[in-house]
Amino acid sequence: MSELLKVPTMAEFMAAGKQPEVLFWVGCAGSFDDRAKKITKAFVKLLNKANVEFAVLGTEESCTGDPAKRSGNEFLFQMQAVTNIEVMNAYEVKKIVTACPHCFNTIKNEYPELGGNYEVMHHTQFLKSLLSDGRLTIEGGQYKGKRITFHDPCYLGRANDVYEAPRDLIRKLDAELVEMKSCKSRGLCCGAGGAQMFKEPEKGSKDVNIERTEQALETKPQIIAAGCPFCNTMMTDGIKNKEKENDIEVMDIAELIANAEDL
Amino acid sequence: MEYLPRLLFAIALIIGIGYFARNVRKLIRNIKLGRDVEISDNKSQRWKNMTMIALGQSKMVKRPIAGILHIIVYVGFVVINIEVLEIIIDGLTGEHRIFSSAGEIYDILIGTFELLAFGVLVAVIIFWLRRNIIKLKRFLSSEMKGWPKSDGNIILYFEVVLMCLFLTMNGADLQLQLNGAEGYSTAGSFPISQWLLPIFDGLSNSTLIIIERAAWWMHILGILTFLNYLYFSKHLHILLAFPNTYYGKLTPKGQFENNEAVTKEVKMMMDPNVDPFAAPPEGAEVAVPAKFGASDVQDLSWHNLLNAYTCTECGRCTSECPANQTGKQLSPRKIMMDTRDRLEEVGKNIDANKGEFKDDGKQLLGDYITNEELWACTSCNACVEACPVSIDPLNIIMQMRQYLVMEQSAAPMELNNMMTNIENNGAPWPYNQMDRLNWKNE
Repeated sequence: MSELLKVPTMAEFMAAGKQPEVLFWVGCAGSFDDRAKKITKAFVKLLNKANVEFAVLGTEESCTGDPAKRSGNEFLFQMQAVTNIEVMNAYEVKKIVTACPHCFNTIKNEYPELGGNYEVMHHTQFLKSLLSDGRLTIEGGQYKGKRITFHDPCYLGRANDVYEAPRDLIRKLDAELVEMKSCKSRGLCCGAGGAQMFKEPEKGSKDVNIERTEQALETKPQIIAAGCPFCNTMMTDGIKNKEKENDIEVMDIAELIANAEDL
Repeated sequence: MEYLPRLLFAIALIIGIGYFARNVRKLIRNIKLGRDVEISDNKSQRWKNMTMIALGQSKMVKRPIAGILHIIVYVGFVVINIEVLEIIIDGLTGEHRIFSSAGEIYDILIGTFELLAFGVLVAVIIFWLRRNIIKLKRFLSSEMKGWPKSDGNIILYFEVVLMCLFLTMNGADLQLQLNGAEGYSTAGSFPISQWLLPIFDGLSNSTLIIIERAAWWMHILGILTFLNYLYFSKHLHILLAFPNTYYGKLTPKGQFENNEAVTKEVKMMMDPNVDPFAAPPEGAEVAVPAKFGASDVQDLSWHNLLNAYTCTECGRCTSECPANQTGKQLSPRKIMMDTRDRLEEVGKNIDANKGEFKDDGKQLLGDYITNEELWACTSCNACVEACPVSIDPLNIIMQMRQYLVMEQSAAPMELNNMMTNIENNGAPWPYNQMDRLNWKNE
């Protein structure tokens, strides 16, 4: 299975004197987190299927600096940013796609002021464009008629006003999209943003991911769809906390589509 | 004799407006204590935002009940001010209902004022019930105890009294008109105050004139008092919502400001030609290195401080905040209230020390806002999205985190570990950068 994955690097493209159509920014979670790696692979399968000429930076990729900046370490953030920008500008990167809304937001919004200007897309936007260009087709397959609720990642939704691309993809699966009481611009955070992912929460009455999971459960979903590796972790933990892991799956949109295609 | 009331009126007006103007100057001075930032781009978009968000109340109706009631009070406030203009002209000239020469238009105007005044009364009573009887959660947070709670109610009482005086004045006037009293020629239509006629019926003209005059005077004096109350109250939003929405953030919410002071340092570090040990040239002014982040109000931008004065403590931010919803100490509204309280304190300090700020051993960080509050933020932007007047509490939180981390190295231990990982191996977890592509073959 895995030997079928074609994952060329920017260095390989450059050696061949070619430019890829798009750089796939994998991100730290997508590279190292066991759950998120599955999302990465699912997305790569879709890119392979649609014959997208993409490349990754591989070992030349480094953290965008998002958690450092949100923790207040502007210095570390800018060091990371400037280093990444140097690498990407050397490769003359024009277009970037990433499955992590935090990387998406940082590269799209915060790199330009430090000299990195790229067209940046979230993978749900990119997949949608592949569909509308006819390069990829989706059939509902196993998800036809399933109740799916979508959890808006803050850094995709409120932060960048991307609400429809992931929802359009779910609809394409012929699934029944059900909305939580707070969704889109009022979507509740999963609790991981602002570098909370890497620390214990402050004292309170409840963890944020439990609150959000309860909101999701109110919709009686079969699947909770996510578009962010951190949200995915938080919601998965929430579902386990509620002992619902046998009934409800937390899946990234890319995984849903790849599974529907039996990839 | 006839000049005396006109003179008194002019004096009241001068004192009322003069004192207010003095406080507005203080307000502007305080806002300017903030760090200078330039916000002069995209003027047309800014005017549009102001028109939509402040004038058009577009974000208020996201919560329909409060939104619609607020619009009634807001429209009432704006429209009834036309009546205040008439009162001022009458007061200064000794005329009575000077606009009544407009005939039918005047009837429509007065009729509209009355209907709005009644609407305001009803809305304000519901607002009071929401605060004091229904006890909506967002009005009960810990930061709302004491003065903020009284402030909210005082404003409502003011409005009830002003509207009642307005309607009493009109009712007595109408009775005088019906009685054919001298100086009270038929003018205006009174769809609400006509219901007060049974109270006034049978009173002598002289008693009615006393009632009418008393209500007139108390109404205008009440308005001048209310105007001067604003500076001491959360109610400043009725003025500051306009500049605040004009200067609101236009970039995507996820785009956090670039810290230029840090960029300078980073560029120097990355530049191979810079001699890190170079002494400043002889005679050159040694620039004091900028403080990274904010620990007090003077470190925040003037825009942050304008935000703080604009906040009317409605608490929509706090009720949307994931940290607050799950019982953490963080409340974005408290961040704004603390910023304003500290700014007021600094302002008073400056007043007391002949225009110079004397160190009082206090600051915003620690004395007002705790580290625990700051670290509870998920930076999700729910508070920013919720604010009906474009206030950005997150921006202040992030500047204070910058101070904690870059000036004090006071991040929680786990975050320090995360940052060390990023520094050493380019990921927030302790994995080797050389293993980044291993997933491909797993």
